[in-house]
Amino acid sequence: MTTLNVNVHYVTRVEGHGNIVVDIKHGEVKECRFEVVEAPRFFEAFVRGRPYHDINHIVSRICGICSVGHSTASTRATEKALNVELSEQAWLLRKLNFHGEILDSHVLHTYYLVAPDFFGVPSVIPLVETHREVVERALRLKKLAGDLCAMISGRHTHPCALVVGGFTHTPTERELRAMRERLVAARADMDATVDLFASLPWPQFERETEYVSLRKDDEYAFIDGVIVSSDGFTYPIEDYRKVTNEYLVPFSTAKWTKHNRESYMVGALARFNNNYDQLHPKAKEAAARFGMKPIVTNPFLNTAAQVVEMVHSLEDSIRIIDELLSRGVREEKPAPVKVQAGEGVGACEVPRGVLFHHYVYDEKGICVEANCIIPTNQNLANLNADIRALVPQILDRPQEEVRLLLEMLVRAYDPCISCSTHFLRVEFV
Amino acid sequence: MTAGSKKQEKPKVAFFDFASCEGCQLTVVDSLQTHLDLLDAVEIVNFREAATLNGWDFDIAFVEGSITRPHDEERLRRIREQAKVLVALGACADTGCVNALKNLLPPEEVRRYVYGEHADWYETYGARPLSAVVKVDAVIPGCPIDREEFVEVVKALLVGKRPPIPDYPVCVECKLKGNVCIFHVGGICMGPVARAGCGAICPTYGDGCEGCRGIIPHPNENAMKEVLDEAGLSVDDMMHYFRMFNAYREVGVGQWE
Repeated sequence: MTTLNVNVHYVTRVEGHGNIVVDIKHGEVKECRFEVVEAPRFFEAFVRGRPYHDINHIVSRICGICSVGHSTASTRATEKALNVELSEQAWLLRKLNFHGEILDSHVLHTYYLVAPDFFGVPSVIPLVETHREVVERALRLKKLAGDLCAMISGRHTHPCALVVGGFTHTPTERELRAMRERLVAARADMDATVDLFASLPWPQFERETEYVSLRKDDEYAFIDGVIVSSDGFTYPIEDYRKVTNEYLVPFSTAKWTKHNRESYMVGALARFNNNYDQLHPKAKEAAARFGMKPIVTNPFLNTAAQVVEMVHSLEDSIRIIDELLSRGVREEKPAPVKVQAGEGVGACEVPRGVLFHHYVYDEKGICVEANCIIPTNQNLANLNADIRALVPQILDRPQEEVRLLLEMLVRAYDPCISCSTHFLRVEFV
Repeated sequence: MTAGSKKQEKPKVAFFDFASCEGCQLTVVDSLQTHLDLLDAVEIVNFREAATLNGWDFDIAFVEGSITRPHDEERLRRIREQAKVLVALGACADTGCVNALKNLLPPEEVRRYVYGEHADWYETYGARPLSAVVKVDAVIPGCPIDREEFVEVVKALLVGKRPPIPDYPVCVECKLKGNVCIFHVGGICMGPVARAGCGAICPTYGDGCEGCRGIIPHPNENAMKEVLDEAGLSVDDMMHYFRMFNAYREVGVGQWE
């Protein structure tokens, strides 16, 4: 009978601190789970008492990788609570800024965090010697994504100019044209990216689950929309709690969620499964290179879905810049805010899945209640279900191989553990 | 002995983190976009966010994050014992950053607000900078750190020099850039007393400085009051803004001990 003990204390190449614990004695599963051991930070408690214009600057500090996402979800929640309407130009810039973050985060995850497993190296650093062109391409794409964000809001990590009502800064037409040229030139790097990742031997593992994402009528949803599930449910985003149903487990400082089944999945693969029809044609071509068509049930292919989304975000960024230039760019201030009491929910598809921010403001515009639900939390139950399903299938392999496959599975989800422990929150009424 | 004084051998560098967003380590990774040659100058032996390396033989430790749990102290002390040079990487490690906002509030209420009836499942105490627990040899301020400043600090450490961190206010950088003063357009800004070095990035992009790099050693408080009076703002307005990134400086761990 099989005896297996895998204890990965701090999974590497993920954001934050998490452990894998697998303990199998004589074929009997004693323990088999992914634990979150990150320090809690209590953002929801301490944003209370702060004025509406501080909130997005504070909550962007939840995550250095998806801070544009947190800022966007936060400002959307506040804008809904205070009835602030964005201009068309501000909307286009929000979407463009968001694509910059999707590109930045997906390049980080695919090239820096996942690819080393396939090259059999501990990090991207040894590849500087052995596969310099791959590393240089990754650095070029990451710089492009960061520069795209910086052009709009000052910097990618903790954007300065992204505020309630729009932006405090407007990129010039000249900057936009220069960025467009760089994006067009990056198509060659993107093609090479698809070639590289489509050629990798992705682990074979299927486990069908419920896929949850936002959806919009007119575009592949990243900001706003409705919540949809592959099990056939649709909710307005204000009803997010009907989907997330958070609960605590003792071995995790991050909350878990469930909806129609024991668990559900969010992120690039969920978006791909639910909104494939709205991907850019070039992104669909990239998906075909991976042999992917909905419904894809191999969680390892979440990384492949990210590659597909990188193609989509690159192409849609070019389209948005064309639209901005054809409209003519005006120097704009943020839309005025009439301070009032209100409540609002903002939702975005950040790189790792759907993110909700929910605030209540008093008549002075001071935050009195806050709740946020992070994609990584929503994936924890599903990741654990995957681990429990995968382990029995690979028990006969050497322990080191089991360990690597489990680490690769955790990484495929691209968990953002700092995020997941920053918003642990009980219901408020 | 300085970190760079071993002949022939590259200094061994490690990255660690506590409560933070890991954005400063991400900025370190991004610095490679323009300074890939840094990898020729050092050997990275531990960097959980970016590498499967777990080395504990290092000369320089860059530590991101605030200390927020008693058992974090033990890990930080282990890092301190090993490191010849310990660098606080970013505002969480340097000043406590936004983590310390909870120190302004009553602990029991904060824990219950977030964890409800299971508040006692999770260990936590007042957020504090690294220097509240161990000796810190150098800091790289900011939320997040400035990429170029990180590179400059590494270069200084490699030749055994004290890293050059500005001790003049953000206003200086704004003036050099010719920015419109945020106070003149109805905003609020920490620029007169906040530590420069970021290129006044927030005012440059139209938003007031939030003082994420901390306060300069001898702030000109009278000048600050004058600016506030002219703008029709009170010291209370300013203190509220100041607390966002500097709550630990104001209250320490508050009622959390």
